[in-house]
Amino acid sequence: MTENLLFFTELLSMPVFDLKDRRLGRVKDAALVPLVHASRIDRLLVGGEYSWLTVRYDQVRSVSLARGIHLGDEVLVPYHDDEYMMRIGRDLLDQQIIDVTGRKVVRVNDVSLAIGHEGGHDILIVRDVDIGVRSILRRLLQGVLPRQWIRRLQQPIPPKSISWDFANVVEPDPLRRLRLNISYAKLEEMHPADLADIVEELAPAEREAIFETIDSEVAADALSEVEDPKMQANILEALDPEKAADIVEEMAPDEAADLLSELEEEASEEILEEMDTPDKTEVEELLEFEEDTAGGMMNTEFVALHENANVGDAIAALKGNEDLLDGLNTLFLVDEEEKLSAAIPLARLFVAAGDARLKDLAAETMIQVRVDEKQHRVTELFDKYNLLTLPVVDEDSKLAGVITADDIISVLRQK
Amino acid sequence: MRQVLSRFRYHLAVFFAVIGPGFITAVVDNDSGGIYTYSAAGSQFGYLPLWTLLPITLLLVITQEMCSRMGAVTGKGLSDLIREEFGLRITFLMMAFLVLVNLTNVMSEFAGVASSLELFHISRYITVPLAAIAVWLLVVQGTYESVEKIFLFACVFYVTYVISGFLVKPDWKEAAIYSVRPVLMLEPSYIYMVIGMVGTTIAPWMQFYLQAAVVEKGITAKEYAESRIEVIVGCFMTSVIAFFIIVACAGAIWSVKPRELQDAAEAAQALKPFGQYAFLLFSAGLFNASIFAACILPLSTAYTVCEGMGFESGVSKRIREAPIFYSLYTLLIVVGAGVVLIPQFPLVRMILWSQVLNGMLLPFILIFMILLINKRDLMGEWINPRWFNVVSWVTVVLIIGLTLAYVGILLH
Repeated sequence: MTENLLFFTELLSMPVFDLKDRRLGRVKDAALVPLVHASRIDRLLVGGEYSWLTVRYDQVRSVSLARGIHLGDEVLVPYHDDEYMMRIGRDLLDQQIIDVTGRKVVRVNDVSLAIGHEGGHDILIVRDVDIGVRSILRRLLQGVLPRQWIRRLQQPIPPKSISWDFANVVEPDPLRRLRLNISYAKLEEMHPADLADIVEELAPAEREAIFETIDSEVAADALSEVEDPKMQANILEALDPEKAADIVEEMAPDEAADLLSELEEEASEEILEEMDTPDKTEVEELLEFEEDTAGGMMNTEFVALHENANVGDAIAALKGNEDLLDGLNTLFLVDEEEKLSAAIPLARLFVAAGDARLKDLAAETMIQVRVDEKQHRVTELFDKYNLLTLPVVDEDSKLAGVITADDIISVLRQK
Repeated sequence: MRQVLSRFRYHLAVFFAVIGPGFITAVVDNDSGGIYTYSAAGSQFGYLPLWTLLPITLLLVITQEMCSRMGAVTGKGLSDLIREEFGLRITFLMMAFLVLVNLTNVMSEFAGVASSLELFHISRYITVPLAAIAVWLLVVQGTYESVEKIFLFACVFYVTYVISGFLVKPDWKEAAIYSVRPVLMLEPSYIYMVIGMVGTTIAPWMQFYLQAAVVEKGITAKEYAESRIEVIVGCFMTSVIAFFIIVACAGAIWSVKPRELQDAAEAAQALKPFGQYAFLLFSAGLFNASIFAACILPLSTAYTVCEGMGFESGVSKRIREAPIFYSLYTLLIVVGAGVVLIPQFPLVRMILWSQVLNGMLLPFILIFMILLINKRDLMGEWINPRWFNVVSWVTVVLIIGLTLAYVGILLH
């Protein structure tokens, strides 16, 4: 362990001496001012005889574990709280933190600081947030045993920490007591399912804060991965309707409709109002169907072509619908009256000539259901015919939507 | 026939829709320790102890209501809040004590498993290890949630006490009078029994469990009004069952000859209107209550500790991802079940001590709860009204007084 490393728990209650080596008091807390510097301790709060004093970082001459803190300037002002200040002891210690690399929610047990030099005086730089058993041991023993003994005792336990670089210090808000210090950019890089796992473990205020901040597309993916429909609804209801509408627009229409149907009438209407017209109509149409029928399960993300189209037309149509490509495995053919006539497994396009007629590539049997078919019948069909995509038609046999295997998996998992 | 079946299924669905955290807590509250304590009270003192049920219910409602309110408003568990507001050292002490107390509680649950099946002469060396393995697997394999419904349904068993309470033709007039007339006797065994009843009904782990369950279910401040009703109904249900256990024992055992219960076979006498089935019913009920609590207690303890201390927790995680969570969970079950198997282990004394420890920890937890629930920045408009604070502090003082008396008697 290097000499210039200091833990926050060691800094706490360290004695502070003035120029003439008189003891002023002990350190009570340390604060960052994220707007000025993201990792340098800006102020030390020292408990004087009557009140707390503020020591600015450039008033400190030297800091050492053995000898305490010596000041280079003694014009100290009394402590007063301000909203730009993030106090480590008050705002960070013991709070929940998201470990983006480890994809979990843990608690801040301690903070490690590096003692550096700048312009002839010592400064403290926040290095890591300490988690795990080692830091717990240190916290428990601090003040009971001498600091050096504790350092020796903790030696055999492997350290566990999260680098402060991962923490993006958001402005502390004393009212909402939001103590998440994570980079939202990092969250957006995570897989939506991992993000959802983390979000599920947080308290509502933190959950909403995350969804308020991250990109709507990422938020939509993560929200669909949240398993509990009630939690999904709670998150959406808590958001500003405009933001909620942005997120809902990014979701697949069937999921969006399912989610909105979980909400209270008033809330879902507010969100629908804020949505763009094309998305809104799609979702509204889906909302009409009962949840446990084919109509309620289906989504409207499919590609349908005219009966007489050839492979070239199909490729052109796919090029115009790139956002659908990820989940697509079947194309549909419809006649003049938009009635469903055939289904073509997407893979067959690859082995067919460019001018081959799509009709000739169609699957031999076509399974389809009506919008009012019951949910359990639909799952039976998927099982019986090993389907990936099942077309849903309305009363006039017009193609209304498709149900995909992932819809079936979520239905089965909810049982 | 099909229609009858589907109607039955509908009722079942409604039944499970209304039950929530409050109901489950209430059911687990009448665990093996509860059944034993109430039975002992009724057999030894008849209708006299009935008056304690009203104040106990009041205490129960007050504590449970505060927990569920905190859970709904903050969305955080009790151990999370203690850690965030009072720091690591206090949390650590609290958690260490809680693990110890809950370990003794787990022991008494496995003791309940052992004695319920020993009524049929099945050795505890077979039943307890099997039960421990089953409990461990249920939770680790993630099948617990579906099995919970079976446990809850099996709690219909308590109805047998209600039926028995009527069939033994107790003296209803006397029961009614003693329900509202406090009888204070300075006889040590009487005081001892009263304190035991309070201790077994209001336990520390319930506060953590209930609050966590409210959070887990995603109940928010907006929906809290309905949840509050459920919690209060649950509390009354606990007491109603306690009432009938005491009445049944008073009618069937005490009216014949007042005596101290020696073993489970004697306690089963309370169900004697069921004739040859009395043993079976009693044993099934005791077994279900014990194993239900044996599932919930270690799991709830592991969650509470890991969340407070900031370790990864959750049954959805793999063992490698949440090592401390799983070790703690396993340790509680292994030690809890293992101790029951030690020959000549003073099991009864252990169970009594577990109630003393419960009683000693409870006031501290209540004090933290009252401090937390009065923080406006946490609870906003949901902080305690003044009269509620007065009642809660009186509760704390009462429980501390009772605990001190209890310890005093025990040491005497």
